[in-house]
This record gives sequence, C-alpha cells and structure tokens, in this order.
Amino acid sequence: MIPEIGNFSLIVALSLAILLAVFPLWGSLNNRYRWMRMARPLAVGLFVFMAISFGCLVASFLNDDFSVLYVATNGNSKLPLMYKISAVWGAHEGSLLLWAFLLSGWTLAIAMFSRSLPLQMVARVLSVMAFVAIGFLLFMLITSNPFERIFPAPLEGRDLNPLLQDPGLAIHPPMLYMGYVGFAVAFGFAIAALIGGKLDAAWARWSRPWTTVAWVFLTGGIGLGSWWAYDELGWGGWWFWDPVENASFMPWLVGTALIHSLAVTEKRGAFKSWTVLLAIATFSLSLLGTFLVRSGVLNSVHAFASDPARGVFILVFLCLVVGGSLALYAWRAPSVSSGGTFGLLSRETFLLVNNLLLSVVAAMVLFGTLAPLIYEAMGWGKISVGFPWFNRMFVILTPLLAVAIGVGPMSRWKHNDPKWLFAQLRNALIVTAIIAVISLLPWVNQGHLLVSLGLVLAAWIVASHVENLRLRIRNRRGIQAVWQDLRNGSRSYYGMWLAHIGVAAFIIGITGVTNFEIERDLRMAPGQKAEMAGYEFVFEGVVKSMGPNYEADRGRVSIYQDGEKIGVLEPEKRVYFSQAKPMTEAAIDITWSRDLYVSLGEPLGNGEWALRLYYKPFVRWIWAAAILMALGGLLSVSDRRYRILRRKVSVRIGAEARA
Amino acid sequence: MTPIRKKRLMLIGLMVGAVGIAVALALTAFNDNLMYFYSPAEITAGKAPADHPIRVGGLVVKGSVARKPDGLTVAFDLTDNKDTIKINYTGILPDLFREGQGIVALGKLNDQGVFVASEVLAKHDENYMPPEVADALKTAHNEGVAQQAAKSIVQ
Repeated sequence: MIPEIGNFSLIVALSLAILLAVFPLWGSLNNRYRWMRMARPLAVGLFVFMAISFGCLVASFLNDDFSVLYVATNGNSKLPLMYKISAVWGAHEGSLLLWAFLLSGWTLAIAMFSRSLPLQMVARVLSVMAFVAIGFLLFMLITSNPFERIFPAPLEGRDLNPLLQDPGLAIHPPMLYMGYVGFAVAFGFAIAALIGGKLDAAWARWSRPWTTVAWVFLTGGIGLGSWWAYDELGWGGWWFWDPVENASFMPWLVGTALIHSLAVTEKRGAFKSWTVLLAIATFSLSLLGTFLVRSGVLNSVHAFASDPARGVFILVFLCLVVGGSLALYAWRAPSVSSGGTFGLLSRETFLLVNNLLLSVVAAMVLFGTLAPLIYEAMGWGKISVGFPWFNRMFVILTPLLAVAIGVGPMSRWKHNDPKWLFAQLRNALIVTAIIAVISLLPWVNQGHLLVSLGLVLAAWIVASHVENLRLRIRNRRGIQAVWQDLRNGSRSYYGMWLAHIGVAAFIIGITGVTNFEIERDLRMAPGQKAEMAGYEFVFEGVVKSMGPNYEADRGRVSIYQDGEKIGVLEPEKRVYFSQAKPMTEAAIDITWSRDLYVSLGEPLGNGEWALRLYYKPFVRWIWAAAILMALGGLLSVSDRRYRILRRKVSVRIGAEARA
Repeated sequence: MTPIRKKRLMLIGLMVGAVGIAVALALTAFNDNLMYFYSPAEITAGKAPADHPIRVGGLVVKGSVARKPDGLTVAFDLTDNKDTIKINYTGILPDLFREGQGIVALGKLNDQGVFVASEVLAKHDENYMPPEVADALKTAHNEGVAQQAAKSIVQ
C-alpha cells in the first residue's frame, strides 16, 4: 500500500508541477496577478507531495518491503537503521527521487523567502524550477520508477553495496545533490531575468545568496566524497580524475566562476550576459553530472544501448534545457546593455581572469571526461585519459589563478593606478620573495621544483590577504572592527577572505601529498618491522572479529617514533554476509601534518600478510581547505547587506511600478 | 578607434592569447597521456607498442595465478579465449581479483612480451564484466567462429 501511495504522490506532484510551470509564467507575461499568485501555493503543494513520495520510499526500506524492486535490489533486513535510510539514494531510481525531492525543497524555499521580491519575478523563477521538476518526474515515471513491484517478492534483499555503508557516503549524495539542485535556483533566476529582458543589479543581488548556498553544499559534497574515497576504498587516493568525480567537479568550477561573476554584475552592472551564460552552464553541467553518473554511460557508450529509453530521455531533456535556454539567451541577450566600463587594471579585469581560467579548466575536464566516449563512438579505439594529463593541465592553469587571487581583492573597481596597486601589494611581494628564496633551499624542497612553486603560490595568497586585512582595519578601530563587522557588519568580506585562505591550504595540501607521499606494499610476518619516513611499523598479526553484518580479519600494527609507541592501527578485511566479496577497511593515524595509513592486502600463508603502508603528508589540508571554503561561503551568505538591500531594492522597484 | 575600444581589444587579445597557449600546452600533452586498450589477441598479433603505457583486459586463466615465495610479485595469465598473455604484477591485488574473472591491467609490455602491470583493476560486482573485456571476448569469439567456418569450407 505504501509504495502505491508513493507512486500516486509522484503523479500528483507531476500534475502540480505542470500547473506551476504553465500558469504563473503565463500570468507574468500577461500581468494577471491571480495567475501569478498561484505560484506560491502550487510550490507548497509540489513539496508536500514530493515529501510524501520520498517518505514512502524511506518507509518501504524501513519495513523491508522486498516486493518493491528497488528495495529488493538495494535493501536488506540486517542493515543498520542509518544505512536503511541512506540505501534510498544508493542507486539510480532512488537518487533521482532524492534529486526531485530536493528540487521541490529549493522551490519551496524560494516561495517562502521571497516576500521582498516582485511577484512577477517569483512567479517566473518558480515556473522555471517547475519545468525542471517536470523533466525529472517524467523521467522517473516513464523509465525509472522507484516504486515498481516485483512478483514473487524475494525473502531477502540483495543489500546495499558495502562500499556505500559508511557514514561519509550516507550524507555525501544528499550534500552533492543539494549543490546540483541549488544551481537550479541560479538557473531559474537567470532564465526569469532573460524572460523579462531585464538583467540588472537587483537580479544579481537576489540570485547571489542562493547561488552561494548551492556552492557551499557542492563544495562540502565534493570534499566529503574525496574523504570517503580516501577512507573507504583502501587505495589511499583522494582524487582519481574518475569520470564520476569530474562530473561533480565541473559544475563546481563553473559555479565558482558564477559566484565571482555575479559579484561584478551586482556591484558594477558589468558582465551581465556572461553571468547569465555561466548560470545556464553551471546548471547544465549539474544535470549532465547527475545523468552521466547514474546512467552508467561514462563506463561505456554501450550502457546507452542496454536501456535505450533512459538514454534517449536524457539526451532529449538535456537538449531541451541547454538548447531552450541558449535560444532564449540568443533572443534576449543582445538587447541587454553592456553595463559599466572598466580599465585594464581593475578588479573587474582580475575577476574576468578568474572566470576565464575556471571556465577553461572546466572545459578541459569536460574534454578529458568525454574524450573516451568520443573516441569510441568514432571508432578511433578504446582509450582512457591518464591521470598525468589532468594533473599537468592543472599545474599549468592554477598558478595563474593563484596570482589573480592575490591581486584581485587588493584592486579597486573600475580603475587602478599601477603605482598605487603596487604599493598596496609591496609587503605581500616582499614576504613572497623571502618564502621563494627559502623554498628553493635544497632541504626545503628536496629537489622538487613543484614544491617551491606550491609554497610560493600559497605564501602569495596568504600574504596578500593578511596585508589586505591589515590595511582594512588600520584605518578603523583595529581588531575591534573585525568583531564589529562579524557581529553585524559586512561578513561577506571575511567570507571571501576565508575561502581564499582555503585555496592556499588546498595548494599546500596537494603540494605536500603529491610530492612527498610514500607508498609501500610489503609482505610481513607477525613481529616483523618496517621503516618508513622515520616511523617504525610493527606487524603483530591478524585475528578474527565479528561486526553487526560482517565478519572480519583484523590486523594489528603498532607504530613507533624514536623508540616510543605513538599508536596502534587496526585495519580490517571484511566479508559482508550478504555478499561474497571482501572489503578493505583501512586504519589511519592522523595528525595535522601527516597521515599514516595502513590497509590489509591478502593472506600469504604461515600468518604472513600483504600490507600496504602509506605516509601522506599534509593530506588533511585538502579537506580542511574544502571546509574553509564552505565556511567562507556561509559567512558571506549571512551578510546583513543581503537582507537590508533586498528590502530597499524591492521598495524602489515597487515605487517604480507605481510611478 | 576610441581609447576604450582600444583597451578592450587589447584585453581581449591578451586573454585569448593566454588561454590559447594554455589550451595548446594541455592538448599537446593529451596524446602522450592517452592509454589505448588492447586485447590479448591484439598483443599476440604484435599490434601493441612495447614500452608504452597501455591497458589490457581479459579473463584471468584459472589455475594460473602464482605468487613468488618471497615478496609480493604475482604472475598470471590473461586470455580473451583466443590468445593468452603473461602478466607480472608486484603489489597488492584488489579485493575483487579472482581466477576466471574479468580484469583490466595498466602497464607496459617488456621485451619478452610479458606485460608488466603497474595497476590491476577489478572493480564492480562479481557479475560485472568490464565493457572492454566483454568486447574483446566477443571479437575473439566471432573470429574463432569465422575461422572454424572457413576451415570447414576448405575441408
């Protein structure tokens, strides 16, 4: 019964979405207030029925209702409660439902928190969101219904993939999807602005906080995913340039560009068309990411052939969204005035450099991700694009970005005197030069020039931002001004500051781990010792142990430093009852400056085991960077300016409308 | 031309130039970093370059996996049911590596025609076959059938 309710709610939600997509938009074009006013209640209805539907799938998992095909393939009665819930988004159908549910949630949020926006704008944004919802609901109902039944029902479910039974991965997809779906809001605002033909500062200001929140979620989601891969896959890698990862990274890159470009549009009225284009691109890449990951197309072109209905639907939907919005753009954008002019040496220019570089990186990642598909489709052979290529591309492009990050916040809008700008940056340049000399010493970079490069870039970002902060508070009441700002003033500056420091931390993390990591695969007998990076690892053997739904071989490795015991690691090899295959569970000893990572290989007889030992310097800085960036984003969203200015703008627009 | 126009043009020119250089750099590196996929039959036929990183895929021959008594070097045979090649790998095999299972290996061919793998991939579940491997098996099978047919006609 519950699955039927879920299915029925999906159909009701679809009907509501169709109404929401048509009537408020139509009303906004003909100035019919009654039709526009339908938008908010319809958005609430859409959310309610999506919530019922989603709740029904959760309930089916909790009740172990294996007569539902999706529950039978992804659930199991022995799963711990948390994983019964996270199993809902463990595969294709359920993750689509989560996507659509979150979309209805964002739609509701706009309906609720847009009291200060003109009704026309709200109606249009909600209609655009509803169009996207229609696409997803149809996709689910036609090709991938999560509530499909099977007969006869199996007695036990096939269980959630053990790799996914991890707290990190339980919340990773919802976070990521919150980000993906959040960009639908930016998309909605952009399309609504295009429909109205009015791309002004007000539009950018409304769109900014939503976009930043979406970006924060995406940043957190990607960080979590990376941490999970490192923690759970047992290979000690934190990024593989896997198509699945690239699919989430591309919207992040373009989304980052969008945040910066929105700033220019809001403050200076420039980059309008470009910002709209970025908003469209970000959301299109989010859609592409969702579909490509879940449909399995990236593994092989043949995945399309195995389920043509899905493939065709995806292609048509993507073409409609991308093609439709680009057509609208081509029709409307030329009438948009070009906005404020700016000189060669201005903050606008540096933000333009930022946008350009991020877009180029995204385009490269897209190219590298799709190249195997293109090669195969053209019959040029089966290829895979190597790790080194992505890394090299990154090493070429990011230094330019890092340089711009240092200068951008220092420069003023519109025009800068080169001498003035240089004077502003002089201290930062001196510090960076000193660090550069130190980093070239052989005992610092140990012969890796890339280490010097990384240190210099990080030093440049940190030094210029510290100097920037010093100059900012020098003319005010000193450090007290910071507290005042944080309490009720402009938090967005500190958000920017924090996020940029995050970039520096990221550079240090990558530099440390890629240049100094040590990996050793060893054959060890109980009692045997191994030296690595100044640490001594003593293997003490393996014992059997039992978990709630698995059985494990648990190894014991003691770690000594300078003859002193600093820790014991217990890596496991688990066999889950519902699956035949074993799973590696690594054990990690963590400090701020390095990880020691041990995973169990296979038994080699006589109590000997294959062991994998890693020394990972500064790897934590990578995730710390993601946290810093996400916090920075949150801080700038909480800026009071948005709330106050929004009210002012609406008053002004209201006044104009009356006049 | 107005000074503003001139400035803009300069800016655009600079950016297009910089981006162009970066893209060119990345693209020249692209071909060097492509790893082509070969089946055991193609390697036996000498189609694969020696000493260049490539990927091979096929089924691990049952009973062929042998570990050296000390250290972590493993040797096994890989087949597409037409031809078989030898693979050497030093290190820890993935959890899902098993005899009779489809795998993909990354590495180089040495002078003796032995494939020295730097990485062995056996992802996904036990029913899953890497698409390249499935393709290689199908091709080998079809060729075999065709050859049999040709033989029977000659006879």
